[in-house]
Amino acid sequence: MTEPPIVVTELTKRYENTQVLAGIDLVADRGEVFALLGPNGAGKTTTVEILAGIRHRSGGEVRVLGDDPERNSPGWRARIGIVSQSTGIFDDLTVREVVSHFAAFYPEPLPSGHVIEMVGLAAQRDTRASALSGGQRRRLDLAVGIIGNPELVLLDEPTTGLDPEARRDAWDLIGYLAEHGTTIVLTTHYLDEAQALADRVSVVVAGRVIETGPVPELRARLDTQPTISFGCPDGLRGRSLPPLPPGSTATHTSAGWTLRTASPTVVAGALAAWARDAGLDELPDFEVRQPSLEEVYLDLVGRAQRSRA
Amino acid sequence: MTAADVLTRLVRPQPTRRLRRAAAARARVELRAVTRNRTSLVFTLLFPVLLLVVFGSIFRGRVAGTSTDFKQVFMAGIIAAGIMSVAFQGLAISVATDRDSGLLRRLGRTPMPRSAYFIGKIVRVGLTALVEVAVLLAVSAALFGLPLPGSPARWLTLVWVTLLGTAACALLAIAYSAVIPNARTATAIVTPPFMVLQFISGVFFPFNELPRWMQTVAALFPLKWMAQGLRSVFLPDSFTAVEPARSWEHGHIALVLALWCAAGLAGAVLSFRWSER
Repeated sequence: MTEPPIVVTELTKRYENTQVLAGIDLVADRGEVFALLGPNGAGKTTTVEILAGIRHRSGGEVRVLGDDPERNSPGWRARIGIVSQSTGIFDDLTVREVVSHFAAFYPEPLPSGHVIEMVGLAAQRDTRASALSGGQRRRLDLAVGIIGNPELVLLDEPTTGLDPEARRDAWDLIGYLAEHGTTIVLTTHYLDEAQALADRVSVVVAGRVIETGPVPELRARLDTQPTISFGCPDGLRGRSLPPLPPGSTATHTSAGWTLRTASPTVVAGALAAWARDAGLDELPDFEVRQPSLEEVYLDLVGRAQRSRA
Repeated sequence: MTAADVLTRLVRPQPTRRLRRAAAARARVELRAVTRNRTSLVFTLLFPVLLLVVFGSIFRGRVAGTSTDFKQVFMAGIIAAGIMSVAFQGLAISVATDRDSGLLRRLGRTPMPRSAYFIGKIVRVGLTALVEVAVLLAVSAALFGLPLPGSPARWLTLVWVTLLGTAACALLAIAYSAVIPNARTATAIVTPPFMVLQFISGVFFPFNELPRWMQTVAALFPLKWMAQGLRSVFLPDSFTAVEPARSWEHGHIALVLALWCAAGLAGAVLSFRWSER
């Protein structure tokens, strides 16, 4: 009864001579937003398509909502919403007609008007789908994906092709679904998207999950240290830095100093005293920076690729 | 049935209700596509009417060895071609478009009962074929004086030839759509064989005047038999003097069209895919 909505063990997929998935393990809990993050060609879409019952797997165990996706029964399909990258086009129908058309296939659909509003197409409800912009079509895809009031939503790059505002709207919608207890699995190569939306992230590189966890935890695990940098004014030229806490490193260039440290506050305090001794109240271009997810991610991908080589 | 059974059936949505709702939704969308898509409206529905008006105004004279105006022979033939236009050409293009646009894949991911899609197509083809036959018949009668069927038996023949011909062409269309790679090329792949069949099946030329080998080839396909069946609806029985078998061959017509239904169905079942794997 308490089986998580998605349990994947040792999932593999090969075409001819290409190993696309080399043993994926995933567990998504009920009500969780779970992101598959990785570069293009990592196997994210293939994984989602196998979860959705659209693609056969070569090996491993997959259970989605307590069933094997290969069985793909209508009752099972009614509980899952899928938004894939490729979109079906309904040139001759209006937004409202498309959404209520799909509503007719589900036992307990959401109200069409409500869903159209949620995806931000209320103003276009009587516009033919052929006249929508690319971003608006993507929103229509989202509407069709969730109209059946699914327990689980699979989103393959839901915001690709959206302008920044539409992207925010899509994020809000995903947040709204998550608040209402829907389990969401999404793929993305946008790092900020994974950070903003996902409770947990699996980083997928070359058909393998190389790290899984909440974004802050991934960051801590990688032991990436904040950096402190500042320019070097004439008054400090030639002076050596104050003593730094153990584990910190410092590099000096013509532009100034860059320090990496696990205790930025202690270092900043020491630097302030050091500058005052030299008669300076301010250090030019002084900056304390946390590593961005991008840096964490590139670091991860780089390590994975190095270890494979 | 126990009281508990009755209760579960009342509480749980029944499969038939689910199917009815989905099929109605599909049928509505199919009919909207017919009326809103001008290309399909003009190309499959109006083109035969245009041919009827143009050739009906050109053709003169009697078919050699009969007292029948060739114009009447042509009108029977163009009604058969009109049925094939909506049931074969129209449906093959629409299925190919559904596949190419990703609609089939999309529908395949919903809990829609698979049969709802085909029920939608049946409604689309059935209604458009009905409209097509009615319009061609009305134009033929009003502009060119084609006599309407003279007896209940002939009306009955009109009904069963139309039904069987539509079914054979439609099933063939679903199978044939599998060889159409995308929506852009659909018309180019569907129209040529249909055009050729019209020329060799006795639509634009009296069938008995065609070369023997051409008659033999045409007899392998449904259109020749549909045209012959419709001649038996509109032409006097004396016209059988120039029919290949010196009779209307109703038994043969029914048999060949039924065989095409079976072949089309088998081809459709074997080739139809909801998604590419």
